[in-house]
Amino acid sequence: MSSRLPPVLGEWIDRSQSLTIRFDGQRYAGHPGDVVSSALWAAGVRVLGRSFKYHRPRGILSLANHDVNTLMTDDAHINLRGDVSPLAEGMDLRAVNTAGGARADRRRLFDKLSAFMPVGFYYKAFHRPKALAHFWERFFRRMAGLGEINVDSPRLYTPKRYDFRDLLVIGAGPSGLAAGLCAAHSGASVLIVEENAQAGGSLGYARGGSDTNHERLEELLAQAKQLPHLEIRTGTCAVGYYADHWIALVEAQRMTTLRARAVIVSTGVMDQPAVFRNNDAPGVMFASAAQRLIYRYAVKPMHRAVVLTANSEGYEAALDLDRHGIGVGAVLDLRPEGESTDLAQRVTSANIRVLKGYGVSEAIARNDRLTGVRIFSVDGQARLPIPNSEVLSCDGLLMSVGFAPAAALLYQAGARMSYSEITHQFYPRELPKGVFAAGRVNGVFDLPYRLEDGKRAAQEAVRYLGFSTQPNPIVPPQRRWPTHPYPIFAHPDGKNFVDFDEDLQLKDFANAAQEGFDNIELMKRYSTVGMGPSQGKHSNMNAIRILANLRGETVDKVGTTTSRPFYHPVALAHLSGRGFHPVRRTPLHSLHAELGAAWMPAGNWQRPEYYARSDQDKNECVRGEVRAVRESLGLIDVGTLGKMDLYGPAAGEFLERVYAGRCANLKVGMTRYGVMLDESGVIIDDGVMARLSDQHFYFTTTTTGSATVYRELTRWNTLWRMDCGIVNLTGAFSAMNLAGPKARDLLAKLTDLDLSHASFPYLGVREAQVADVPCRLLRVGFVGELGYEIHTPAEHAHHLWTALMAAGNALGIRPFGVEAQRLLRLEKGHIIIGQDTDGLTTPLEARMEWAIKMDKPFFVGQRSLRIVAPRQRKQVLVGFTLDKSHSGAVPKECHLIIRGNDIAGRVTSIAFSETLGCHIGLAFIIPELAEEGTAFAIRADAGKMVSAVVAKAPFYDPSAQRQRDY
Amino acid sequence: MKIMLCPINGPRPVSEFVCAGEVREMPHPPTCSDAQWSDYVFNRSGVPGIKKEWWYHASSGVWFIAERDTTADRLLRTYLLGEESK
Repeated sequence: MSSRLPPVLGEWIDRSQSLTIRFDGQRYAGHPGDVVSSALWAAGVRVLGRSFKYHRPRGILSLANHDVNTLMTDDAHINLRGDVSPLAEGMDLRAVNTAGGARADRRRLFDKLSAFMPVGFYYKAFHRPKALAHFWERFFRRMAGLGEINVDSPRLYTPKRYDFRDLLVIGAGPSGLAAGLCAAHSGASVLIVEENAQAGGSLGYARGGSDTNHERLEELLAQAKQLPHLEIRTGTCAVGYYADHWIALVEAQRMTTLRARAVIVSTGVMDQPAVFRNNDAPGVMFASAAQRLIYRYAVKPMHRAVVLTANSEGYEAALDLDRHGIGVGAVLDLRPEGESTDLAQRVTSANIRVLKGYGVSEAIARNDRLTGVRIFSVDGQARLPIPNSEVLSCDGLLMSVGFAPAAALLYQAGARMSYSEITHQFYPRELPKGVFAAGRVNGVFDLPYRLEDGKRAAQEAVRYLGFSTQPNPIVPPQRRWPTHPYPIFAHPDGKNFVDFDEDLQLKDFANAAQEGFDNIELMKRYSTVGMGPSQGKHSNMNAIRILANLRGETVDKVGTTTSRPFYHPVALAHLSGRGFHPVRRTPLHSLHAELGAAWMPAGNWQRPEYYARSDQDKNECVRGEVRAVRESLGLIDVGTLGKMDLYGPAAGEFLERVYAGRCANLKVGMTRYGVMLDESGVIIDDGVMARLSDQHFYFTTTTTGSATVYRELTRWNTLWRMDCGIVNLTGAFSAMNLAGPKARDLLAKLTDLDLSHASFPYLGVREAQVADVPCRLLRVGFVGELGYEIHTPAEHAHHLWTALMAAGNALGIRPFGVEAQRLLRLEKGHIIIGQDTDGLTTPLEARMEWAIKMDKPFFVGQRSLRIVAPRQRKQVLVGFTLDKSHSGAVPKECHLIIRGNDIAGRVTSIAFSETLGCHIGLAFIIPELAEEGTAFAIRADAGKMVSAVVAKAPFYDPSAQRQRDY
Repeated sequence: MKIMLCPINGPRPVSEFVCAGEVREMPHPPTCSDAQWSDYVFNRSGVPGIKKEWWYHASSGVWFIAERDTTADRLLRTYLLGEESK
């Protein structure tokens, strides 16, 4: 039998179409616009899910995005919430956490065993015997938890985007709409987000038996359409507030992070349950849930109702039921004095019985359905159960006994909330800058006042934003407090639930407090109250009240737990996705790829480690590249080096201060190696500086250091105000190193520059056309052969590389990668900053005294070196070799040098040099072992000890004839 | 994500910035004692309160000074070096 009502004004469903779904194997029909819960309820289904712990039957509670006992899965999605998941054709749903479906759940037996599962039972039992601990763990893991992850579920695309607004209004209820309209009139760009499928909030469903509110809503929405600056985004949930008005907005398939300049929180309130025996029976629901069923989905919530209330909202709901032909057996008003507004008269006129000072002691259910409620007079001191108390027969009970503000986002924003002993509610006492609260979340309950409060908040916000200079309006305080101070009724037979997520009963709180967990944060963690999927939306307020009652303290004193993002459950898919990890490619990237480059990361850069050849393994390729450089010609892309131009009268003096060596006396047309230190005297960078003119220097930094070096140099010059400027050309320039005995022969084919040793000596720098493009040529010797580092604007790089390779073909040129370069420089004993040095290495330890000039008046790090220079070094960097006949384990970088039982150093670089026929390396070692020719032992993998001998670096061409003299 | 105020470019997401630590006066290297120098190089105050720091807007290359109240997590003001009084 369908419980669908005849068409209801403003209903969300589209009756012209029908949808079919399956739930626990049964087929049901609904309409577009339905949510899963409304369609099932319309079909007469009352058990939508089972509770977490005792597997009790559960139905609709709030229908407001808070129902956590109606979790379902279609295998692609886990834990779909029935009260918010839109109905879609062909859905095949199962209730989660059941054995055999919601209705027939075989684990419902657990309800009978609840006496053996008191609060915190799993902390105390099942530890012994120890042998069984794992058995129990597996058992509990199977029993606990809700939906199960299906690893084969289809991939969902959940794009992310950014958005910006002057003002974000969260919640499109009456106060939010009023606020958005008012603010948009001022010219501010306004976004109103609404978690439901349609805007309106309580204006749409809390109608009190008349259509006035619906008409008012239509009017507000029509006005909103007229305002170009105002957007209302429905189906969008603001789930988290982060610093400086940075808000996560989650839609079905997308997450938007929005930066607003100001935020109005008009999130309203959440109905809070009364606590009595069997208050979880299907059919017991919030008054607002029944109203939502009627006005959104045209579903009859029940056939005969009883209303348990303590406020006007309950009376309004009774009138709404009555208007749609649902019999109301009685309105039970917890307040002895009853309702003071004219609603009381209207309810009585509708022939509805009103019992003042009455409550429900117990809900009675048969076959998982509510059949009646036992009522009692709350006025007296009588203890439950009261014999022979009256039972009202009904299949639905509406609860409207009080509200808690939906203030999670306010808490996250840093608002201070206070509890009022007059209104029995938390309200925002102090709001952070740019955050405003409006409507019921702000403690304003009567509709005209809520609309006014929305406008008030909007006026304050636009004033804050600078769109208006009007003084902030003063709104008269309203005087109605709809929240009952303690709607909690103990019953000796229990099953009076405080937390529906975690199946916590009233007695569990008393037990937790008795065991010493009587602080709100401790109680939360011990009892798990508020830790279920709804994060305490229906339980925290009552839990605080119960604890305050147990301790005899005020609610304000007990306080609340911390509210953290996310406010609603957010699927991990919304958070995951591609990260933004920038990768830098040199202008020659595509050419390297064509040449078969095997890539390796160097800082943010991608560099060729070596160029793969189909018939050779990695070692053979690298050896071939090394041989080409030593015997004929090699070309390497060094465009990842930091490249800086420094220009100005004080350029030389500036370099003098930031490099440890001498710079100002560098001749025009020459280059010099330099090391850069930090203020503690540690080597942070090295490179080559070239003087292009009296006032113009061009210098390189390490690949990984370019950004930080540039940054630090500009900071120094911000402080020193020297007459020079630095330009970072790292991305604008390409660079390649042409090295090998035939480098000059090749270059001569492509340039008119006089390359003779006399006119372009070692360490010279020249500007010239090479292959018809402008270049800066630095004659350097990093790899120990005749070599030219050719720098050219990035747009010419492709052309230059291609021209060099083409012209070098006949000379046996080979491109070489980082791996070959590492070996080549190691043969020369050149260090790599960051590999052969660490965060504590001074040039004294690296034995680079030659690169520092202590007699300069100042350089960064000099003062610290003065302090450490006279001291005994803890370690020094030395070269070493393994025996030519060495076989077996080869030490690796970072392997330790051992003397006796002590660590005496570590290997920083090691490689096999074909040129020298043995392994060579660099190592930090204690000064006692640093003498040339000293033998020492390295502990290699698996503890194998390998003997090595300190050797003089450079290992190859120590007099540097090959790079220097011809 | 927080907002930092660049004196040249206005409010920008903090991810565009680099904080380079407290502003500290360098003691005169030739005349200061080793202890004074070491204190300058190595010691930083971690006490929460009002901090005066170097900040760098990496996207545009602007160095500036920011004064922050780290107790209240509030930015007090930002300015270019030497333009404190403007």
